[in-house]
Amino acid sequence: MSEINSNTPMEKMTIGGDIYTAGNAMNFKTGDWRSSRPIFLSDKCKQCGLCFPVCPDNAIPVNKDQKREDFNYDYCKGCGVCAKTCPFGAIEMKEEGVE
Amino acid sequence: MGIRERLSGNEAAAIAMKQINPDVVAAFPITPSTEIPQYFSTFVANGAVDTEFVAVESEHSAMSACIGAEAAGSRAMTATSANGLSLMWEMIYIASSLRLPIVLSLVNRAVSGPLNIHNDHSDAMGVRDAGWIMLFSENNQEAYDNTLMAHRIAENKNVLLPLMVCQDGFITSHSIENIELVEDEKVKEFVGEYHPEHYLLNKEEPIAVGPLDLQSYLFEHKAQQAEAMKAAKQVILDVAKDFEKMTGRKYGLFEEYKLDDAEIAIVCMNSTAGTTKFVVDNLREKGIKAGLLKIRVFRPFPVDEVANALSHLKAIAILDKADSLNAAGGALFEDVTSAMYVNNKHVPAINYVYGIGGRDTKADDIESVYNDLLEIVKTNKIDNPYRYLGLRREGDK
Amino acid sequence: MAYNLKEIIATKPVRFTSGHRMCAGCGAPPVARHIMRALKPEDHAVVAVATGCMEVSTFIYPYTAWTDSFIHTAFECTAATLSGAEAAYVSMKKQGKLPKDGDTKFIAFGGDGGTYDIGLQSLSGAMERGHDMVYVCYDNGAYMNTGIQRSSATPKFADTTTSPAGSVIPGKMQSRKDLAKIMAGHHIPYVAQTIGYMNFKDLYEKAEKAIYTEGPAFLNVLAPCPRGWGYPTDMLMQINKLAVETCYWPLYEVVDGVYHITYKPAKKLPVEEFLKPQKRFKHLFKPGNEWMIEEFQKEVDKRWQELLDLEEITNKAE
Repeated sequence: MSEINSNTPMEKMTIGGDIYTAGNAMNFKTGDWRSSRPIFLSDKCKQCGLCFPVCPDNAIPVNKDQKREDFNYDYCKGCGVCAKTCPFGAIEMKEEGVE
Repeated sequence: MGIRERLSGNEAAAIAMKQINPDVVAAFPITPSTEIPQYFSTFVANGAVDTEFVAVESEHSAMSACIGAEAAGSRAMTATSANGLSLMWEMIYIASSLRLPIVLSLVNRAVSGPLNIHNDHSDAMGVRDAGWIMLFSENNQEAYDNTLMAHRIAENKNVLLPLMVCQDGFITSHSIENIELVEDEKVKEFVGEYHPEHYLLNKEEPIAVGPLDLQSYLFEHKAQQAEAMKAAKQVILDVAKDFEKMTGRKYGLFEEYKLDDAEIAIVCMNSTAGTTKFVVDNLREKGIKAGLLKIRVFRPFPVDEVANALSHLKAIAILDKADSLNAAGGALFEDVTSAMYVNNKHVPAINYVYGIGGRDTKADDIESVYNDLLEIVKTNKIDNPYRYLGLRREGDK
Repeated sequence: MAYNLKEIIATKPVRFTSGHRMCAGCGAPPVARHIMRALKPEDHAVVAVATGCMEVSTFIYPYTAWTDSFIHTAFECTAATLSGAEAAYVSMKKQGKLPKDGDTKFIAFGGDGGTYDIGLQSLSGAMERGHDMVYVCYDNGAYMNTGIQRSSATPKFADTTTSPAGSVIPGKMQSRKDLAKIMAGHHIPYVAQTIGYMNFKDLYEKAEKAIYTEGPAFLNVLAPCPRGWGYPTDMLMQINKLAVETCYWPLYEVVDGVYHITYKPAKKLPVEEFLKPQKRFKHLFKPGNEWMIEEFQKEVDKRWQELLDLEEITNKAE
């Protein structure tokens, strides 16, 4: 069902526009919206957790040990909220495509 | 064999609902359908049904709650009239587009304005293109029978569309007539249980309902609705066959009354058909070959069947109990004439807008229509196909 | 159980996923996601969302960002829609038509347009009828989805596209409606005003109470809109902080009619600090317009005092 796209004939589309695969927006990547890129400076990170909940796009993975990992750039839209929230300067914003 | 009773149309609809025992009823009072939620609330208060009655604060919320309930996986029903249906209008379209087989009892009344609480069909005509199956009922018996058949039609996998059962406000809804009810157990068995394939309350398969459906998809979803509406016709006939087996009462897409050998005929819906039958009988005694075609299934419109049934006539009059205010003719007139045209059947046809705001339509009025038809047959001339019946005008005799 | 942000995020399922299409830096998704985290992992939810930013960017056919069951019908009837689903649940559960184990919770989200304005009647009806559901208003203070038109949640003097700051009329001329108090006037078991602030404790705990209090509950959550408010996108958390520290957006709850202010700033900041970073209030800072900031401050002070009084009175009555 998740293969529905703009070439799908009407007979193969779900009726009423229902979707039976909850959470399938994960198949839709929003990373290409980004104009600036957050860089995770792990050596400065104190794992305080303040950046965990602020990401609108849930692009900061937190592992089972309750520690954050590097950004998930598939979804990060580059808003910079995390960088501005971090009290330790462990996230730096860089213009996308500029090394 | 059945239970003989004497009930009003509203009581008949409410009792049908009781026997169906829906999971949820959400309704808001409006004349002349108010009694339906009233009677139903009594059934709920006395434990005669398992239903959750949601006493909403408006008809918009009534239909919204029915949509929520039906999408959740339950059977939901409601009742309304006129402005109540107007307020629901937005949700009427959403109910059908979400393919939810909600059943609504529509007690037809004039839509404001000016305010009028009496019968015409302007409420139903306002939603005729909204993707609902629309069944019309001549009397309390038909209102009851149509309601009992409603879920079997609406919930059919090839259909999955909401359905409204129409009856005339006051004329049918408040008139007590003889009726034959079906035993509770038989109704239960006939209607069956509702097991939707996908529903919100299935935690094993969470679903999402009601998307933003953009240019790449809405057209196809609308076409799916249109296909379902086409499929409904056969389902309606199949269910009617089963219903006949249970009750002996026969239903089709429409009723033909002395139409076989008729030369002139009236096409109409709901209670006017009763008056028309009386007039047809009188005219037949005078040797006039008058007939009637009473539409039961207005949506889906039985295009080919209606055209064929009328093809042998010399003149027909289509009676619309709602004016389309389009300078062209009423909705039923348009549907019937268009059905004839596409089927290449050429019969002189005229339209009468009548009964607006509860204006009484007497046997004499109906007889005058047949007289006009006789004149058309004689002269082979139609001056004005878009006429009024029972309207006061300057220079009336 | 004490609130542990890191544990909650590491262990509780994400019920509002990535891949949605709300704007970069939008204040609503962090709030919605964290509210959904307050559900017990074993519970299922039916989520209803009003037409608006959140709906049109989280369920664009064929993609949904919700892992629970979800329904959207229209703009003004989200509470009524969800009340129908809840009634179905009650009815079917009672009749044994649903599995006996596990609970389903009912949560609605609407913006201030769908809640304060066009959906107020439907919300009021559902709350009065006592459905076991939570209605969450994510308040961004204008009709952002259609392009920043004023709502009854828009603060006074704000420049919006239907209350533009012109040469004669300086923005919206009416104060904002106090929806949380209107909801408290329904005498429902739980009403709260909250925000995503610091470690989101206030938001989470109120969401948890709202979801697990039997009967209707209402949450009013400030969800800043960088585009509509005209502040730099990355400033979301700073704006939230200023809203709270100036008492523009007091955090409180009303439990069975008793008011508890859940955060009292040690030193209430002047409201101009909240107004200053926002372009929608730019005209307030022009010479000669000092009266507007003064008036704004007065209104904030008045409402804060009223809240302090309500807390005192209702606790005394206890």
